[in-house]
Amino acid sequence: MHHDTILIELGAVILALGLLGALSLRFSISPIPLYLLAGLAFGAGGVLPLTTSTEFISAGAEIGVILLLFTLGLEYTAPELVGTLRSSAPAGIIDLVLNAAPGVAAALILGWGPVAAVAMGGITYVTSSGITAKVLGDLGWLGNRETPVVLSLLVFEDLMMALYLPILTALLAGVGLLGGTATLAIAAATISAILLVALRYGHIVERFVASDSDEVLLLKVLGLTVLVAGVAELLQVSAAVGAFLVGIALSGPLAHTARELLTPLRDLFAAVFFVFFGLQTDPRALPPVLGVAALLALAGIMSKMATGWLAARRAGVAITGRVRAGAALLPRGEFNIVIAGLAVAAGTNAKLGPLAAAYVLILAIAGPLAARAAEPLVRLYLRRRTKPATT
Amino acid sequence: MNVERTDLPGIGTSHVVTTARGRRIGIVSHRSGRRDLVIYDKEDPDTSVVSVALSAEESNAVAEYLGTARIVEHLAELQRQVTGLVTEQLVIAPGSPYDGRTLGDTQSRTRTGASIVAVLRGGDVHTSPRPDFGLRAGDLVVVVGTAAGTEGVATLLTDG
Repeated sequence: MHHDTILIELGAVILALGLLGALSLRFSISPIPLYLLAGLAFGAGGVLPLTTSTEFISAGAEIGVILLLFTLGLEYTAPELVGTLRSSAPAGIIDLVLNAAPGVAAALILGWGPVAAVAMGGITYVTSSGITAKVLGDLGWLGNRETPVVLSLLVFEDLMMALYLPILTALLAGVGLLGGTATLAIAAATISAILLVALRYGHIVERFVASDSDEVLLLKVLGLTVLVAGVAELLQVSAAVGAFLVGIALSGPLAHTARELLTPLRDLFAAVFFVFFGLQTDPRALPPVLGVAALLALAGIMSKMATGWLAARRAGVAITGRVRAGAALLPRGEFNIVIAGLAVAAGTNAKLGPLAAAYVLILAIAGPLAARAAEPLVRLYLRRRTKPATT
Repeated sequence: MNVERTDLPGIGTSHVVTTARGRRIGIVSHRSGRRDLVIYDKEDPDTSVVSVALSAEESNAVAEYLGTARIVEHLAELQRQVTGLVTEQLVIAPGSPYDGRTLGDTQSRTRTGASIVAVLRGGDVHTSPRPDFGLRAGDLVVVVGTAAGTEGVATLLTDG
C-alpha cells in the first residue's frame, strides 16, 4: 500500500519536532506546546495531514506515556514519597481542592456529566513537574526558602496521580457501581502490591535488573517497565501507574544509570505522544472552546497562586517567596495531556480534547513567563508601598 | 555555627549556613553531583540573589581553597610570632660526646639559651623530651633559639 512513504513521513515528523525543540530552546520556553501545535498541523483537518505513519505514532505514544511516568518515578525514592505524604498532606489537599474545583465546575456547568467532571478536575489540577523543575533551575530559585514547599507539592501531586489514574480509568471504562467497586478493589490491591515490593523488596528488583553492560541494563529495565505497565492495564490500573511504580522501586546508582540510559528514549517517545494527542484533535474544534479554556486558565492561575501563597506561608516564607511559590506552580503540561488522552480514548465529550489542548497550550507558555515576571512585580509593589512611609 | 539541611525531593539536598554577620550562603547538592553555590539577599533571607552552578570537580576545587585559605593564614600567624627565632635540625654524629648520655647532661639551655624541642629517631617524633631522655648517635635534634644559640648547641653536640 503506502508502505513506501512511512519512513518519509516519520522522518519528516521527527525532524520537524527537532526544529521546534531548537526553537523552544532559543526562547527558553517548554517544547510541549510546540509539539502539540505540530500534532494539530499533522492531524485530520490540519495543514499537513499524515496518511501512513499514524499507527506507528499511536503505538509510540503509548510507550511515551509509560516512559514519562517511569522516569518520573525514578526521580523519587519510596521513603521520600512516604515522608512527603506525611509532611505536606495539608498543603497538598488544599492544592487538590482549589485546583480541581474549576475543572469539575466547568464540566458540570457545560453538562458533560460526572465522569468528564472527574477527568476535567484532573486536567486543571496537576502542575507540570517537568516544566516547573526547569523553571526553578533556570531562574536560580533552587536555593530559595519556598522551593522545598513547591517540590513537596509536586511530589504530592504525582502521588495523587498514582491513586487518581486507576479511578479515572475505571470510571471511563463505564463500569457500574458494583463492577466499579470490584475494579477499584483490584486496582488498589495491585498498587499496594507493587508499592510493597518497591518499599520492602526494591533491592531484589535492583539485583535482578543490575548489569555492568549498559545494553543489557537498558533492555532489562525497558522490558520490565513495559511488561508491568501492560499487566497493570490488563488489571484496569492504567499502564502509566504501573510504570510509575516500577520507577519508584529502583533507586540509588542503578536509578541514576537507568535515567541516563532511558532519557533519550523518553524524549523521543514523549514528543511522539504530544504529537499524537495533537493528531487526535481537529484544529477546527479549537476556536469554539477557546473562551472556556481562557477562563479556565485564568481560574487555574488564581487557584495555583493561592495554593502557593498558603503553602509557603505555612512554611514561614515572606511575601516575595509566597508569590514565587504560586508562580512556579502555574505551568501545566504532560500529565494534563495524559489525563485528557485517556478521556478522549474512552470517548467522552468531543470538546474535552480540544479544551484540554487549549488549556495546556495557554498555561505551558504563560506559566514560565509569569514566573519570570513574578519577582520584579512583587519588588516593585513592595517598594511602592513602603515609599510613602519612608519619605 | 548554624547549618540548615533541607531535602529537595527529586533534586537532592540543600545546606544553608548563616554567618556571624547574618549573611546566608547555601549549597544545593544535586544527585547528579552538580552543586549550586547560592548567596542570599541581605534584606530578604528567603531569596537567592546569585546562584552559581559548579561541576563535581569545580566544587572540590572551591572546597579545597576555602579550606587551605585557613591553613595559610594559620602558618602566617605562626611565622609572625617567631620572628627572630631560628629552628635548626642537628644530627648526633657517631663519636659525639653525648652519644649514650641524657639530654640533661648537655645543659644546652643554660649554656646557649636555645631549647631542644623535639628528637626524631627512626621515624618517630619525641616532642618536648625530658632531661632524662637518652640521646643516641643518629638522633635528629630540633633546636629553637636565636641564631647564635642554635649554633652554640651545634658546637656543644659535636665537641662537648
